[in-house]
Amino acid sequence: MDWNFIIFSVVKIAIVVGVVQGMVAYAVLAERKISAWIQDRVGPNRAAPPFVERIPALGPALIRLGLFQPLADGLKFLLKEDFTPAGVRKAYFWLAPALAVIPSMLVIAVIPFGSHLGHQKMVIADLNVGILYTFGIVSLGVYGIVLAGYAANSKYPFLGGIRSSAQMISYEIAMGMSVIPVFLIAGDLNLSQIIGWQGRHGWLFLYAPVSFLIFLVASFAETNRLPFDLPEAETELVGGYHTEYSSMKFALFFLAEYSNMIASAAMMVTLFFGGWTLPFWGLDHPATSLGMGLLQILVFLVKMLSFMVLFIWVRWMFPRFRYDQLMDLGWRRFVPLALVNILVTAVVLWMKS
Amino acid sequence: MDLTDILFFVFAALTLLCGALVVANPFSRNPVTSAMFLVLAIISMAGLFVLLHAFFLAAVQIIVYAGAVIVLFLFVIMLLDLKEEQRRRIKLFGFVGGLVSVTAVLVISLDSLKAAHPGAGLPAPRLEGGTAALGKLLFTQYVLPFEVVSVLLLVAMVGVVLLSKKDLK
Repeated sequence: MDWNFIIFSVVKIAIVVGVVQGMVAYAVLAERKISAWIQDRVGPNRAAPPFVERIPALGPALIRLGLFQPLADGLKFLLKEDFTPAGVRKAYFWLAPALAVIPSMLVIAVIPFGSHLGHQKMVIADLNVGILYTFGIVSLGVYGIVLAGYAANSKYPFLGGIRSSAQMISYEIAMGMSVIPVFLIAGDLNLSQIIGWQGRHGWLFLYAPVSFLIFLVASFAETNRLPFDLPEAETELVGGYHTEYSSMKFALFFLAEYSNMIASAAMMVTLFFGGWTLPFWGLDHPATSLGMGLLQILVFLVKMLSFMVLFIWVRWMFPRFRYDQLMDLGWRRFVPLALVNILVTAVVLWMKS
Repeated sequence: MDLTDILFFVFAALTLLCGALVVANPFSRNPVTSAMFLVLAIISMAGLFVLLHAFFLAAVQIIVYAGAVIVLFLFVIMLLDLKEEQRRRIKLFGFVGGLVSVTAVLVISLDSLKAAHPGAGLPAPRLEGGTAALGKLLFTQYVLPFEVVSVLLLVAMVGVVLLSKKDLK
């Protein structure tokens, strides 16, 4: 153990977690603004600390964009009464929000968000089994929701929890099988190596479009987002698994949902859209200078944010699936499709070699 | 004692403790609690695999057991009537029988471990977390056991299909 490694790791973890938390706050704002535009409304345009109004020209514009709304939201969550309903199972009621948040934060550890800054690799843990780690941690995320449903000791959350466990297990299978062709083509499980391969040969999205399609749809199901948000379908389940939660505990479920979104956007960028690479301006190989390194982090963030916008856009454009349709799509369409995809990719690679 | 040794003892102790709490929890007889301790036991076992540099096995352990099997356990437990299970008393006969069989298995395995000198004369494991190395072994040296296990799974699947069919023609 050398101290250099520990110090740099701690700094990287602190920065990444901070950035992700900030992105969650502003993803909520983006969600509200984009939904408002889609539905021909204005969206949040009032909240601001008092001194901002006095800044000429810039101040009112910032307020109209709602840039201070996340601060108000955060304060509200912190200051609201933390109400524990009578009859809940206390231990699980406290445990569930934490179990929902922790995996969503851990996933980000293996994602390479840049090449190099100086001599530091821009990834927290460069694991050899990177993608398997991700799937392992993602599969733990279901406990938060299932236990929330169980702890609340009431019907709607319980149904939400049960639905969620079935849904997440089903789509994990399709998701896991959809990425196998990616590894067959790139020949490595390490995410940095996969990005390196894409830098040399072009983005994997072009080589494995079916994989990308299945992965995209499955990640909507895994993050419990519309059109697959049946665990919290408010028209039939009130609020689903977090019906009984309030204040900061509710905010933690929110945080988990949005950081899962960020993580799956980051995974899609890494696996299918070349991570921090761009095919021009010499951005397709690891950076040699500090400026290039920063630029590659920026490239990664921009790609990721466009996927976040896609997530939000889909939520407000498509109606919710029925539960049997969801299961039918997962098991009878995607699993066979993913299997055929693996087979075809393997045969093509075999013919080529 | 370096960090790896300390971590080994931490994970080993956690595995044993959580494993014991699955079957004999003095504070709660709630089956959901048991299932959650089983998850913890599995995760600490994955930690032991990591210490052995078997990253692939650790990841698969978590994906398959913690991520899927125990979630199904929870699913089933929640749909059953939990109250009855919690009220049921431990029977003396069951307790004594369990104790005797556990002791017997423990004595036998300790004896055979002592006789066998585990690890002596074997080359150091070469599976440095290598998915490729593991895959090669599975498709060359261990291909027969691997296929037999998959046939076993197939048998289970056929059984499920048969049982879930309402009327057999």
